[in-house]
Amino acid sequence: MSSVDLLPALLIVAPIVAATLPIALGLRYDRTGWAVAAVTTTGLFAAAVALASEVYTAGQVIHRLGGYPRTYGIELVADQFSMLIVLLVTGVAAGVLAYTRRGGPRGNTFYSAYLLLVGGLLGISLTGDVFNLFVFLEITSLATYALVASGDGAESAVAALKYLILGTVAASMYLTGVAFVFMATGTLNMIELTSAIPAAERPILIRAGLGFMIVGFATKVAQWPVHTWQPNAYQQAPDGATPLIAALVSSASAYAFGRLIVTVFEVDYLAATANAAPIVLAIGCVSVLAGTTLAVIQTDVKRMLAYSSVSQFGLIVAAYGVVIAGSSETALIGAAIHLVGHGLLKAGLFLAVGLVAVSYGARTVDEYAGLATERPVVAGSMAVLLFALVGIPPSVGFVGKWYIALGAVESQLWPVAAVIVLSTMLTLAYAARLLEKMYFTHPPSIESIPSPEPVATDGGDATAPDGASPDAVSIGMVSIVVVAALAAVALGFAGGAIADLLAPFLTEVFN
Amino acid sequence: MIELLANRYAYLLLFVLLGIGMYMMIANENLVKKLIGVSLFQTAIFLFFIAMAYVEGGAAPIVPNEGSEVASPLPQVIVLTAIVVGIALTAVGLALIIRIYSEYGTLREDTLREVRADE
Repeated sequence: MSSVDLLPALLIVAPIVAATLPIALGLRYDRTGWAVAAVTTTGLFAAAVALASEVYTAGQVIHRLGGYPRTYGIELVADQFSMLIVLLVTGVAAGVLAYTRRGGPRGNTFYSAYLLLVGGLLGISLTGDVFNLFVFLEITSLATYALVASGDGAESAVAALKYLILGTVAASMYLTGVAFVFMATGTLNMIELTSAIPAAERPILIRAGLGFMIVGFATKVAQWPVHTWQPNAYQQAPDGATPLIAALVSSASAYAFGRLIVTVFEVDYLAATANAAPIVLAIGCVSVLAGTTLAVIQTDVKRMLAYSSVSQFGLIVAAYGVVIAGSSETALIGAAIHLVGHGLLKAGLFLAVGLVAVSYGARTVDEYAGLATERPVVAGSMAVLLFALVGIPPSVGFVGKWYIALGAVESQLWPVAAVIVLSTMLTLAYAARLLEKMYFTHPPSIESIPSPEPVATDGGDATAPDGASPDAVSIGMVSIVVVAALAAVALGFAGGAIADLLAPFLTEVFN
Repeated sequence: MIELLANRYAYLLLFVLLGIGMYMMIANENLVKKLIGVSLFQTAIFLFFIAMAYVEGGAAPIVPNEGSEVASPLPQVIVLTAIVVGIALTAVGLALIIRIYSEYGTLREDTLREVRADE
C-alpha cells in the first residue's frame, strides 16, 4: 500500500482526532483552538491537493479499511467527482478559519465542533459505503447542531432543536432506505450495489428504499416543503459559522444524493424505474421557484440568502432529475460545477454579511443603504458574488446553470429549462434589491454613522454583533471576501477544465 | 393476508412503533416528549434492521460453525453503530432543551411560540 492510498483515511481521521485537542489543551492553555484548527486545516488542504493530483492523473484511489475486501469491509473511494467536493470542503474550511481569527466566534469548543464538522464532511465525500454515509451524515449534523446553538441568544437553541428533530428524521429516513436496499441485495458497498441492485429478486424493496432515501435527502438538502429548518438555522448560527454551514453541509448532502443516483442506483436503472425521474424533477423545480419567491420577500439579509440556498439546491436536484430522465452527462457536469460554485459563492456572501454585521450592525436589506460609499471593497466583492449567484457571465454561477440548462434542452425537458430561466430572473430580483440599496440609496441620516465612542475597554475586542465597530474588521477578513469573489470569477473560466477533469468519471457512469 | 400477518408480524409491529414515534414528534407540544418520539422513531428502525437479520432456526454467527444456517452479523454490527449515533443525538437534543428551558422557562412548544412572538 503506497502512501497515497493512506490519504483518504488520513483526511477523515486527522480532523476527528484533532477535534479533541482544543478541548484537551484548553484545560491548561487558553486560546489554543485556532492554532490547532489552523495547522489541521492547512494540512488537510495540502493532503486534498496531493490526493486530487493523484486522482486526476492516475485515476481513483481506493482505501480498504483494515484490509477487508469490499464484500464485508468498508471502503473509502476518492474519484473525480468526490475530489471536487473534498477540495471545496478543505478550501472553504481554510478560508472560514482565517476569517474567524478576528471575526469570531472564538473559544476552544467552537474549534472542536468546527474540526468535527470538517471530518464528517470529508467522510461524506470519500465514503464508498451506504451505511458509513449515514454515520458521517450524523457526525456532520451533530457538529452543525452544536454550531447553530452556539449563536448568542436563546433563539439559536430553538433553531438548533428544530434542525435536530428534522435532521434526525431525515437521516433516519435514509437509514430506513438503506435497510430496504440491504434487505433486497445483502450488501452495503456502493460498487457492489451497482451490480446487485438490477439483479435483485424483489425490486419493490429497492423502490421503497429509493423512496425513503429521496425523502431523507430532500430534507437534508433543504428542499421545499421540508426546508423549514434551514432559514432559522442559517440565520441564528453565529456569523463565523454560517458560511461554513451554508456552503458545506447541504452541499455535501447534495453530493451524497448525486452519488447515490449515479453510482449506487445507476442512471439506467433509475431511468427504467417508473416515476423516479418525474419525482426528482418535481422536487427540484418546485424548490427552485418556492426558494427564490420566498427569498424575494425577506427583509433580513442572512435569511434572504438562506432561502436562496433552497432554490440553488433545487437547481442541483433538478439537474439530477435531468440526469435520470435524459441520461444527460451535461446536466451532471452542471450539477457538479454548480455544487462547487454555489458553495464558494455562499461562503463568500455569508462572510461578507458577517463582516458588515460586525462593523456596522447592519442585518436587514434596508440597513445596507450606502454601504458602497462606506466600504467600497466589501460592497464591490458582494456585488460580484451576487452577480455570480444570479448567473451573469463570466462567473461560476453562470457556468453551472448553463450546463444544467443545456442538459435540460438536450433532453428536451423544456419545463426545466423554463424554470431555470424564470429562477434566474427571480434571483436577480432579490440580488438587485440588495445592490440597489448598497449603491443607489443614501444612508438615511446620522443614525447610520457609527458612534465614535471608543468603548474598547477590553482591548478592542468588539466582536459582539451589537457592539459593532468598523475597527473590528481586519484587512485579513476583507481580503478573504475579496478572494472568494475573485475565485468565483476565475472558476467561471474553468468550467471546461472541470468538465475535462470529470470526463473519466462520466464515461464510467454513462458507459 | 392472514398468512402475511403471521409471517411478518415483526415488521408490522415495528412500523406501528415508527408511526407512534413520528406522531409523538409531530403532535406532542412538550419538547422532551417530542425528543422521546424521535428516539422511538429511531429505535423502530434499529429493530427493523435486527428483525431483518433473523433466520428461522439460525445459529449465532460464530466462526467455526457446524454447517448450520447463521443469522447475518452485519445488521447487528450496524445497529450497534447507529445506537451510538442515536444516543449522541438524544444527548445534544436534551442539552438544547435545557438551554431553551433556562432561557424561556417553558418546555411546551405552544407557550414557547407565544413567548417568542412577544419578544
